[in-house]
Amino acid sequence: MAASEADVFDRLGRRLSAFGGWVDARFPMTKLIREHATEYYASKNFNFWYGFGVLATVVLVIQIVTGIFLTMNYKPSAAEAFASVEYIMRDVEWGWLIRYLHSTGASAFFIVVYLHMFRGLMYGSYKKPRELVWIIGMFIYLCLMAEAFFGYLLPWGNMSYWGAQVIVSLFGSIPWVGEGLAEWIRGDFYISDITLNRFFAFHVIAVPLLLLLLVVIHIMALHEVGSNNPDGIEIKEHKGADGKPIDGVAFHPYHTSKDMVIVVVFLIIFAAVVFFAPEMGGYFLEHANFDPANPLTTPEHIAPVWYFTPFYAILRAVPNKLLGVVLMGSAVLLPFFLPWLDRCRVKSIRYRSWIYKSALGIFAATFIALGYLGLQEATRIYHFAGLDITVVALAQVFTALYFAFFILMPYYSSIETTKPVPTRVTK
Amino acid sequence: MMRRVPFLIAAALWAAGAAAQHGAELEHANNNVDNTASLQRGARYFVNYCLGCHSAQYVRYNRLAEDLQLSEDQLLENLMFTGERPFDTMSIAMSPEDAARWFNAAPPDLSLIARSRGTDYLYTFLQSFYVDESSPTGVNNAVLEGTAMPHVLWELQGIQEAVYEPDPEHEGEEHMVLDLTTPGTLDAEEFDDVVRDIVNFLDYVGEPMQLERKRLGIRVIAFLGVLLVISLMLKREIWKDVE
Repeated sequence: MAASEADVFDRLGRRLSAFGGWVDARFPMTKLIREHATEYYASKNFNFWYGFGVLATVVLVIQIVTGIFLTMNYKPSAAEAFASVEYIMRDVEWGWLIRYLHSTGASAFFIVVYLHMFRGLMYGSYKKPRELVWIIGMFIYLCLMAEAFFGYLLPWGNMSYWGAQVIVSLFGSIPWVGEGLAEWIRGDFYISDITLNRFFAFHVIAVPLLLLLLVVIHIMALHEVGSNNPDGIEIKEHKGADGKPIDGVAFHPYHTSKDMVIVVVFLIIFAAVVFFAPEMGGYFLEHANFDPANPLTTPEHIAPVWYFTPFYAILRAVPNKLLGVVLMGSAVLLPFFLPWLDRCRVKSIRYRSWIYKSALGIFAATFIALGYLGLQEATRIYHFAGLDITVVALAQVFTALYFAFFILMPYYSSIETTKPVPTRVTK
Repeated sequence: MMRRVPFLIAAALWAAGAAAQHGAELEHANNNVDNTASLQRGARYFVNYCLGCHSAQYVRYNRLAEDLQLSEDQLLENLMFTGERPFDTMSIAMSPEDAARWFNAAPPDLSLIARSRGTDYLYTFLQSFYVDESSPTGVNNAVLEGTAMPHVLWELQGIQEAVYEPDPEHEGEEHMVLDLTTPGTLDAEEFDDVVRDIVNFLDYVGEPMQLERKRLGIRVIAFLGVLLVISLMLKREIWKDVE
């Protein structure tokens, strides 16, 4: 006699749960799922700004998976690198798609990470008890910059070559040890096959390993203290009779189902770029990089890819090279100290004064302006109101504003008149 | 019949002998890579006029035939004259060393020229040769002063000479216009079409998958649109009991 359908499922269910029990006796599978998904409570009033963390994870996965497939056909040698990229674009099955996903992913990574960081600035996500979440996140950002820099040399186009030449030569401006240090980084007197090989090693092994490790501890630190929310209040302070935060909902299935919508919207925009504008007008893939690396001829205008240009503008704003390098380095490192620079107890911008709102608005505009200026030729002149203003002069003004945001913060954040913060989350 | 290409040149600099130009305006190529007939004509012009000196080392003949909807016989009859096999790439017999000696500069490979310079640049460049007795090739180019390239298409276009006129837009400055003094075998409009076909072909060659890329993109985005509706419905269902 054949067993009924219900019996079959019943037996299957019992077998599966027995298997789960077997694993749980040896590995904290159920415990991990509960702690990080089904019983991890996050505020129910997240807005779209809270989607960029999951998007950064999605882009990381895209970069790793496409990167693996690119590595299968790419040749990290000065003689073959450029041709192997064209081989991927023309002869490898779906190679063009894999390459465009990876090149668009690089820019997408910075877009979502910049927006993710801006969210932190708006809602005070770096403040106690989340200082370490912020600092680990800043290390992730540094890794990302290194990863992008090493990866940009690999296509071995002329912009790859001269971009690397310019950036590595910056180390040469350090007194006494500079030239030796630059030579040690290149492994040669100029950017060569040797440099390409080591940058490949950093790009595909060293930095990604570090990046993955940092992402894991970023999430561990976050889940230890709990996620912030647009009201900047601690949902753990109001728990129901069941011991769960009243204003929180479980990460799975609530936030995961919301994140899925966000991810699909992101993928639509991402696909639009990949399929219809992979060069993004020369901003994602620079025109000069379609000429092979040529140590004898520089591109007409050397500019880094857009995501580095705010810092490049700061570098060029200073006439002294060493001072420029110091200022650029400080610009990257200053955000590390935000948890201690900001003296205001109120986290969210919703309840902070006009002072911080204007400071943050000016800072965001400054960052975009510096990014724009870093893309322009240094000799360009703007005419307003009968005045001739150079790119460098404008960059100096915005550099001052950039630093003012951080350096004056201990002062302006301590004199703020804040609004009363609610005890429960609002809409 | 005058073909005028305006180029702004600071008169003072010109007088000083420095051929510095500011804001050389490029004409729009207005080519369309979906126009297969234009690509086929462009391929024929490319093979006849360009491939003698310029290679397209990443372009495979049989891939080209497939994308341009040509049979292998058509490919062999119309585009392949020097005994290559269909799976070969578009290479040239001239070595870069010889080329550098003969022309003073090795002609660049053209596989990616449309991506590095842009189609408008190529379109304007090919139109802008003019007589210059001081140059070894007898011509100069208004887009790329001092180019080593001879005017390969002169029989078709005819011969242009540079004339300097006061620039109506910049007072006190002169701009250069190119004046067709000896007509070629084609009239101006026919010649524009030939150049547009060549540029169209170079555009295709720079990224052969661009034809397929856009078609696939529409399908991918349509799929994601459906997925968006489903995920929105799922989210709404799951969140309906949350205040």
